[in-house]
Amino acid sequence: MKKVISNILTGLVYVFLFAPIVVLLVFSFNGSKSLSVFSDPSLYWYKELLKDRNTLETVRNSLLLATTATAIATAMGTAAAWGIDRLRSRWYRTAINTVTDIPMTNPDIITGISMMLMFVFVGRMFGARNSLNFWTILIAHVTFCLPYVILQVLPKLQQMDRALPEAAMDLGCTPFRAFWKVELPEMLPGIVTGAIMAFTMSLDDFVISYFTSGTGFETLPIRIYSMTKKTVTPKMYALATIIFFITLTLLLISNAIEDSDDKESRKQKNAKND
Amino acid sequence: MKKKIAALTVVLSMVLAMVLTGCGGSSGKLVLNVYNWGEYISDGSDGTLDTIRAFEDWYEETYGTPVTVNYTTYPSNEDMYNKLSNGAVSYDVIIPSDYMIARMAEEGLLQPLNFDNIPNYQYINESFHGLYYDPEDMYSVPYTYGIVGVIYDANKVDEADVGGWDLMWNEKYAGDILQYNNSRDAFGTAMYKLGIDVNTNDKAEWERAADELINQRPLVKSYVMDEIFNMMESGEAAIGSYYAGDYFIMRDAQAEHIDLQFYYPEQTNFFVDAMCIPTCAQNKELAEIFINYMLSEEAGIANAEYISYACPNRLVYENEQYIQDMGEDVIEILYPELGDFSEKYNQYAYRNLTPEMLDYLNTLWENLKIN
Repeated sequence: MKKVISNILTGLVYVFLFAPIVVLLVFSFNGSKSLSVFSDPSLYWYKELLKDRNTLETVRNSLLLATTATAIATAMGTAAAWGIDRLRSRWYRTAINTVTDIPMTNPDIITGISMMLMFVFVGRMFGARNSLNFWTILIAHVTFCLPYVILQVLPKLQQMDRALPEAAMDLGCTPFRAFWKVELPEMLPGIVTGAIMAFTMSLDDFVISYFTSGTGFETLPIRIYSMTKKTVTPKMYALATIIFFITLTLLLISNAIEDSDDKESRKQKNAKND
Repeated sequence: MKKKIAALTVVLSMVLAMVLTGCGGSSGKLVLNVYNWGEYISDGSDGTLDTIRAFEDWYEETYGTPVTVNYTTYPSNEDMYNKLSNGAVSYDVIIPSDYMIARMAEEGLLQPLNFDNIPNYQYINESFHGLYYDPEDMYSVPYTYGIVGVIYDANKVDEADVGGWDLMWNEKYAGDILQYNNSRDAFGTAMYKLGIDVNTNDKAEWERAADELINQRPLVKSYVMDEIFNMMESGEAAIGSYYAGDYFIMRDAQAEHIDLQFYYPEQTNFFVDAMCIPTCAQNKELAEIFINYMLSEEAGIANAEYISYACPNRLVYENEQYIQDMGEDVIEILYPELGDFSEKYNQYAYRNLTPEMLDYLNTLWENLKIN
C-alpha cells in the first residue's frame, strides 16, 4: 500500500515537471497556427525557424556569449578554486567562499540592476554614449557563472590527496608540471561539470542580460520576451524544443562524467582497503 | 605541454576574433541602432521582404557606403523608456506608442525631425496630422495604428445582441466573457459604454465606471491579457475585446467549431505607433533616411502585411496588391469608414493621466479585483 502511494506521488512529481515540456514539444510539430488545437503533424515551424534570420542571429549571439563567458569563467574559477584550496587560514577561506557565492545566491534582478548602474556610471565617467554593449553583458555573465565553476572544482581539490603533487615534486617535477600532470587531471571532472553548468546558466539567463545588454547585441531570451506584444509564434516552440534537447544532452554528459568519476574513486578506495 | 598551451591560445584568440567581427567594429562603418517592438517589422519569413536587410542593400547601392543596422526589440513602451531614459544606450530610431511619445517629447527625450530628409512623409494620410501627442507634427512619423473592437464567437452569440459595448455586459453570456486584466483598458470598456470621457479628471466619473465593472464581474470568465488568444481560439470564451489586427491572428488559428467575428462599438480606443528619433541618437540624418525608407511602397507594404495592423501610408493602403494580399474582408475591418480620424482619435484615445488620477484608478482597480 505504502509502495503504491509513493509510486503515485513520484509519478505526479514527474508529470508536473515534464508535462509542460511535452506539451511544448508536441505543439512544435503542429501543422496549423493554432496554439490550442493540434491538427496534423508537420515540420512547418522548424522550416519557418530556419528562415528567420533575426531569430537565428540572436541564437548565434546567445551561443557566442555562453561559450565566451564559459571559457573565461572556467579559467578564472579553476584558478580561484586552486587558490582557495591553498589558503592556510580557515577563517579566511570561509570568508572568501562566502564572497564568491554571493553572485549565485543574490537575486538576479539585483545583480542585473547593480551591474547596469555600474556600467553606466563608468561609461559616463569616460563620456561614452553607449555604455552597454557586448562586453558589459559578457562581464555580467562571467560574474554569475564564476561561483558555479568554483563550487564544482573546489570539492575535487579537497578530495585529492595532498601528498600527490608533493610526491610528484619530490620525484623531480617542477611545480607547474606537477600542477599540469597531477592536479589538473584530478580537477578535470569538476572543471567539465562546472563549465557545462556555467554554459547552461549563461544560455538561459534573462534578467541579468536584460539589464546589461545594449544596442547591438540581443540574446535569444530577450527576443522571445519582446514578442509578447503580439503572440509568441510556434517557431519559438520549435526553437525551445531544440534548446531543450541540447541542454538535456549536456546534462547527460555531465552526469556520465560524474558517474564514471565516482566509480573510479570507489575503485581506488577499494584498492587501498585491500 | 607547450603544444597544449599553444593550442589553447589559438582557440582563445579565435573566439576573441569572432567576437570582434561579430560586433562589427565601431570605426569607419556606418551603424544605425533601431529599437522596435518584437515581431513588428517584416523579417523575411514566409517569403516576405526582409526590410532591414533591404534597407542595408539599398543604402549601399544609393550612397556607396555600407551600413549596419543593429536591430533590437522591446515588449512594452515602459521597457523602452527605462532603457533609454537612464542614459545607458543611444538609439537612432525608436517606435513608441502615442502616449509615450507625448511623455518623451515633454521630457525632452525626442528630437524634432528634419522632414527634408523624409520626403515620403507626404504620403501619410492627412488625418494623422496634428494628433494630440505631437500637435505640431515635429517629432513623429506614424508607423501603424489600430482600433479596439469586440470579438465574438458567432456560433454562440446571437446576432441580435451584437453592436455595442453592451455585449460584454449581457447576462445571457455569463461565464463566456473576457475582460482586460489591466486597469486602463478595463475601465476604458466601461467608460466608452457609459459615454464617459476616458481622460477625465473627475473622480465621480471613475467611480461610476468602477461600479459598472463591479456589475460585470459575476459575468466575467476571467481577466486576461495575452491569454485571450488561446481562450478565444479554443472556444473557452465567446466574447472579448482586443485590437483589430490581433483579431485576424485569432481568426486564423480558431478551432473548427468556432466562428470568430469582429465589430467596432460606437466609441472606442485608438492607438498610433510612430517612428521617432531620440535626443541620444548618434546619426540623425541616417535615421531620417531609414524612416523615409520605411515609408517607401515596397517596405511599407511588406511591414503592413507582416504586422497586420492598419497603415497610415497612402502608398500602402491604396495599393492593389496589398488589398488583394490581405483580402477585401480584412481591409474592410482594418480600415473602417471613420470620417475624420483625427477628430475621433483626439476625443477617444487614452492619454497620460495625472499621477493623482493614476493612483486613484489603481485603488479602484485593486478594490475591484480583491472584493
